[in-house]
Amino acid sequence: MVNNNPVSDLLRTDRMPHIWCSGCGLGTTVNCFVRAAAGCGLPPDQITVVSGIGCTGRVAGYLKLDSFHTTHGRPIPFATGLKLANPRLKVVVYSGDGDLFAIGGNHFIHAARRNMDMTVICVNNFTYGMTGGQVTPTTPTGAIASTAPYGNTEDPFNLPYLADSAGAVYVARWTTFHVRQATKAMKEAIQKKGFSFVELVSPCPTLYGRRNRMGDGLDMMEGYKENSTIRNGADTRDVGMDISGKIVCGKFVDRERPSFLEQYNTRLAARLGPSYKNYEGVL
Amino acid sequence: MKADPKGVLTGAHFLDGDHACSEGALSAGCRFAAGYPITPSTEIVERIASRFPQVGGMFIQMEDEIASSIAIQGAVWGGAKAMTVTSGPGFSLMMEHIGFAAMLETPCVFVDVQRAGPSTGQPTLPGQADMMQARWGSHGDYEIIALCPNSPQECYDLTIRAFNLAEEYRVPVMIMMDECVGHMTEKVVIPSPEEIEITERRYTTAKLGEYRPYFTDGEMVPPIAKAGDGHRFHVTGLTHDERGYPVMSPEVQEKCVRRLVDKIRLNAERIISLEESETEGADVIVVSYGITSRVSVKAIEMARADGIKVGHLRLITAWPFPEKRIRELVGRTGAFIMPELNYGQMFFEMQRVIDGKAKSYLLPHGGGTVHKPEVIYRTIKEAALECRPQVEESAW
Amino acid sequence: MVTINPDMCKGCGICIRFCPAGVLEFSDEFNSKGYHPPRAVRPEACTGCDLCGIYCPDFAIFGILLKTVA
Ligand code: SF4
Ligand code: SF4
Ligand code: SF4
Repeated sequence: MVNNNPVSDLLRTDRMPHIWCSGCGLGTTVNCFVRAAAGCGLPPDQITVVSGIGCTGRVAGYLKLDSFHTTHGRPIPFATGLKLANPRLKVVVYSGDGDLFAIGGNHFIHAARRNMDMTVICVNNFTYGMTGGQVTPTTPTGAIASTAPYGNTEDPFNLPYLADSAGAVYVARWTTFHVRQATKAMKEAIQKKGFSFVELVSPCPTLYGRRNRMGDGLDMMEGYKENSTIRNGADTRDVGMDISGKIVCGKFVDRERPSFLEQYNTRLAARLGPSYKNYEGVL
Repeated sequence: MKADPKGVLTGAHFLDGDHACSEGALSAGCRFAAGYPITPSTEIVERIASRFPQVGGMFIQMEDEIASSIAIQGAVWGGAKAMTVTSGPGFSLMMEHIGFAAMLETPCVFVDVQRAGPSTGQPTLPGQADMMQARWGSHGDYEIIALCPNSPQECYDLTIRAFNLAEEYRVPVMIMMDECVGHMTEKVVIPSPEEIEITERRYTTAKLGEYRPYFTDGEMVPPIAKAGDGHRFHVTGLTHDERGYPVMSPEVQEKCVRRLVDKIRLNAERIISLEESETEGADVIVVSYGITSRVSVKAIEMARADGIKVGHLRLITAWPFPEKRIRELVGRTGAFIMPELNYGQMFFEMQRVIDGKAKSYLLPHGGGTVHKPEVIYRTIKEAALECRPQVEESAW
Repeated sequence: MVTINPDMCKGCGICIRFCPAGVLEFSDEFNSKGYHPPRAVRPEACTGCDLCGIYCPDFAIFGILLKTVA
């Protein structure tokens, strides 16, 4: 049915309709991603997507690219191995806030520290959708979740600040309302050498929006429109989100640092001398 | 195919089991390793860290064992032969990814240099208590292959075999070393590259757009693809159909998981390797593996000097377990003894196969050191007496 | 020009709300999944900006510049 859609070449149309709820922002992020992938200048065969587990974890299975649906929290180390075996691949990790920052948080900071050449896209909907709306490390303090029935009593991560402090060379945040900017950010992130991070704030109307009186997907999109401000270059310390729903969007970090492999080859060549051949993959 | 000469350090060396394992990986064509330091396996990754950059390989020390055990799988799907190395506590952390490798049919190698446990246990001292964990540690049903070297030479040889088996069956293969074997230093002969047989990965020959990752074409093991070749395939840890797409039906569950189990069970006889001495016509057989097999040899010599007909069956592959061979021997042998550095693991598997048709003796040991040969010797005598009561002990 | 695949639609209304040219409205019919898909009530106003296409979480709608079509 979607065969005539201009982006259907990058979608597994044989698997549509997808499992996501009506008004869920995930499909919108995929729309942005396929447009970014199509426009980034790389042949699709060179782009590989790795997902973890959860509603966002299903993204890999809907993209007509080499795609891996891995274990919960571990797409980043899988992507690390994949990238190092074949550095010609552009490896994109596409997963959710619970997967990447609760169970997978350690891998995130280490990949950023190493400046491992990959793009991490986090769809942040503030909850575990697949398992029924539990609290995550990004759930705002006070927000209701199935495992925080009296409101979240913990403080959330400010993801751009975390990525920035851990060493990411590109950090941006947009919402699913900002589709043009989100597409551009994903394209820039894909083209960036090193560890790039894009946070996409996205509605989970079924399990987060409804519980927190934010309405359905459309109402949540209206909320993003009303409550977001764009501040490119903002200090990431100042972009944390809270229960008020205010969202600072923009490109916050875009800097240069030698990637893992650049640093690796430089150091080994210096130590091992002319006998050392730059590592460019196992093949 | 023959080994890539780049990685092969042909010649006679004086190496410990850990270093020999690293050389085995190099000879086998392993060019990606990920690991996290843990005693008593660390020497393996240390040698790899120094050797790999000289042969075009990549070692990365990951943030933990969970990361290491899936980084190698990413590397495999990127085209590498890959392994990770650990010991008990790290092995525990890797369990989910053993199941993941089994489910995606990712050929890869896990090395566990066993130490005494549970928990942190005795990091620098031997144990053999991860044997059941190797077989059953991940949730769900699957089969794996596990090898048990008992010398540095075998650490080298079996590491090559592990990589070859991983490719042939697209299965995670475990090398179950122990601290003694890992740290014992002996002569290790590394053959010339032409003498080393390497099983190459079997890539799909399907036309672009036609590849189905789990279409076996009537065989047990499907051909694989790697990212970047244009097949644009999808694989998942969810139960999947031939296309690699998730399907939540009991029929697909049966088809998917049944083959993961059958490809090893139905090929068990081709996979299993054993070392036997005087098992035919023996009254008593000692079944052992790893470092315990070397202590057993001493005990067996002592018993044979007494005239007892005692055989030795050494498990070189622990998994799949040699059911067929043990059943054959059960008819002719009265008693089976298994010493192991745990309180009964492989023993119970053996007992299941013996099925009450012969006596079986467990010689448990908590680890931290090895059995005293005398303990095994005394049990051999006791068992021999039990199954041949007509023979007076004084006759020995 | 806007193209709608009504059977893919889950009726979230996002395309209708954010179409800058007010081209779309909910249709009275139900699709096969029981949702009201959008229909183009003012097709002549469509600029082909494809905003609906990028927003639609279900890949059920997209716009193309008529120039590109020709
Ligand atoms: S549960 Fe939430 S995140 Fe998951 S598909 Fe539904 S709306 Fe989307
Ligand atoms: S955005 Fe898509 S799913 Fe939502 S109403 Fe429009 S066509 Fe239907
Ligand atoms: S292409 Fe643009 S103008 Fe046309 S219907 Fe879609 S959003 Fe409206």
